[in-house]
Amino acid sequence: MLTNNELKNIASQVRRDILRMVHAVQSGHPGGSLGCTDFLTALYFHTMHYSTNFTMDGLNEDIFFLSNGHISPLFYSVLARAGYFDIKELATFRKLNSRLQGHPTTHEHLPGIRMASGSLGQGLSVAIGAALAKKLNGDNHLVFSLCGDGELDEGQNWEAIMFAAHHTVDNLIATIDWNGQQIDGPTNHVMGLDNLKAKFEAFNWTVIEMNGNDMDELIAGLDKAKTLTGKGKPICILMKTEMGKGVDFMEGSHEWHGIAPNDEQLKKALAQLPETLGDY
Amino acid sequence: MNLKDIQVLNEKETRAGFGEGAYEIGKENKDVVILTADLAGSMKIAPFIKEFPERFVQCGIAEANMIGIAAGLTVGGKIPYTTTFANFSTGRVYDQIRQSVAYSNKNVKICASHAGLTLGEDGATHQILEDIGLMKMLPGMTVIVPCDFNQTKAATKAIASFNGPVYLRFGRPKWPNFTKEDGSDFTIGKAQQLSEGTDVSIFACGHMVWKAIEAGKILEEKGISVELINIHTIKPLDVDAVIQSISKTKCAVTVEEHNIIGGLGDSIAQVAAKHFPIPIEYIGTLDTFGESGKPNELLTKYGLDTPNIITAVEKVISRK
Ligand SMILES: Cc1ncc(C[n+]2csc(CCOP(=O)(O)OP(=O)(O)O)c2C)c(N)n1
Repeated sequence: MLTNNELKNIASQVRRDILRMVHAVQSGHPGGSLGCTDFLTALYFHTMHYSTNFTMDGLNEDIFFLSNGHISPLFYSVLARAGYFDIKELATFRKLNSRLQGHPTTHEHLPGIRMASGSLGQGLSVAIGAALAKKLNGDNHLVFSLCGDGELDEGQNWEAIMFAAHHTVDNLIATIDWNGQQIDGPTNHVMGLDNLKAKFEAFNWTVIEMNGNDMDELIAGLDKAKTLTGKGKPICILMKTEMGKGVDFMEGSHEWHGIAPNDEQLKKALAQLPETLGDY
Repeated sequence: MNLKDIQVLNEKETRAGFGEGAYEIGKENKDVVILTADLAGSMKIAPFIKEFPERFVQCGIAEANMIGIAAGLTVGGKIPYTTTFANFSTGRVYDQIRQSVAYSNKNVKICASHAGLTLGEDGATHQILEDIGLMKMLPGMTVIVPCDFNQTKAATKAIASFNGPVYLRFGRPKWPNFTKEDGSDFTIGKAQQLSEGTDVSIFACGHMVWKAIEAGKILEEKGISVELINIHTIKPLDVDAVIQSISKTKCAVTVEEHNIIGGLGDSIAQVAAKHFPIPIEYIGTLDTFGESGKPNELLTKYGLDTPNIITAVEKVISRK
């Protein structure tokens, strides 16, 4: 079991990967990727039980679905650092003939990916379906998912949320990246989410809240979420994060949702993030 | 009318033509309301929003709801323009458009950017290559695919006074801008002839019109007489213009940034099959999804480049 400091070191390297990947092709989405780095690191290096010998069916292992597919650089870095494929392949991100498409896809058979995402609002339904399959298979492992807060504007999420409670899908831990930002501005200007906790509770989910940029709180929160599974209700983690976390000039603004840093900005950003495991 | 006389004025994004057109029509027509689904920046509508904040509706990332709200706004006499990427404008909300807009005959303008491969690095989830087909199959839907900045601007303005549902498709990359600045060479439903020729008809739409011009110039140097027609209005199709051209040239090549199944090529072939059967070659994607890459790299990889058009023309002439 890795210590929280070791997890923080991995997160620092993942953040470097994200920045270098989007910088290299001058496209992609650093903001949400950096904000969710601590979470995905904790999930893959602490919480989930899985095999990097990838199978689509993921029988007898925990599986994860990324619904907000635009944070693909984070997903790819974590998968590579976890051992699903060679970190050198990160250099192909968003380039022609790459398995690392702009948004994650199963179409190119990249190990670790079980559905395409990019068009928002579809991942939670798929995660719930996979959780149902686990139940039908008598598989006691868990399904995890992540979606954005802006992404919750999509009505399909609320259909899924209603469904999961109705069908007692209690082997699912769905996390919301509550960074308060989306493309056109802060979520409360674009489409207010108001009391998200009350909304999920009204749909009969168990809700826990945590700071997604504090490794100690993350580990405690994820551990707790696991203890709440199997009790008849789906679990939602409302995770407060900061867009652009880890790079001072990117933090907290929707401006960095989908813009790549230039050469100078990359240098400034990397100077804030120790190279702990070696760049790809 | 000669291809070598066509001059590029500048390079601009077609979506920026939409943004400018939206602002100008907003000034002229007080019933125009613009809706978006968290993509105001990408759709270049900041000037409209600044000047007419009360006629701008932010829907959040909820395209299906946006289509319904737009349909409702027409009941009060408004002229709603919905704005998002082409995939989220069509496939995402097909039944909402089908029932609430097309079947209900509502005066909604569905304005879609980032169509086709040329959106580039975002990849297949965003690069819809099926939208022309989806939209032209809907009874009563008018489908417009302008070729450059000026034409997108002209179309954006023209659809306000055109009664009925419209799908307006444009894109993301900077692209050669060559049609008239005042838009006087654009009329909804009327094919735009760019050159007169006798050996082959090339029918193109959208970004691919420029590629066809490039190919046509090279073909003319080789002594092939090309009749190039910009089919900016895919539906209703200017059937007379198509018949007139093919009955003269007796063969055709169609060029589109779309699946060859269901797009412009199919529409032309249907007219030919019924009125004047001729050999046709199709340039378009071959029943495939796209992928990440730079726009021009992708056009090359998927066979939508100038050399492919030249080869297709030579082949179709040999089939006469
Ligand atoms: C169906 C759909 N509509 C619109 C988009 C364009 N888009 C990509 S990311 C995004 C904003 C997402 O906001 P959020 O989920 O809060 O993610 P964050 O900005 O925090 O990374 C939008 C509108 C999309 N990818 N899919």
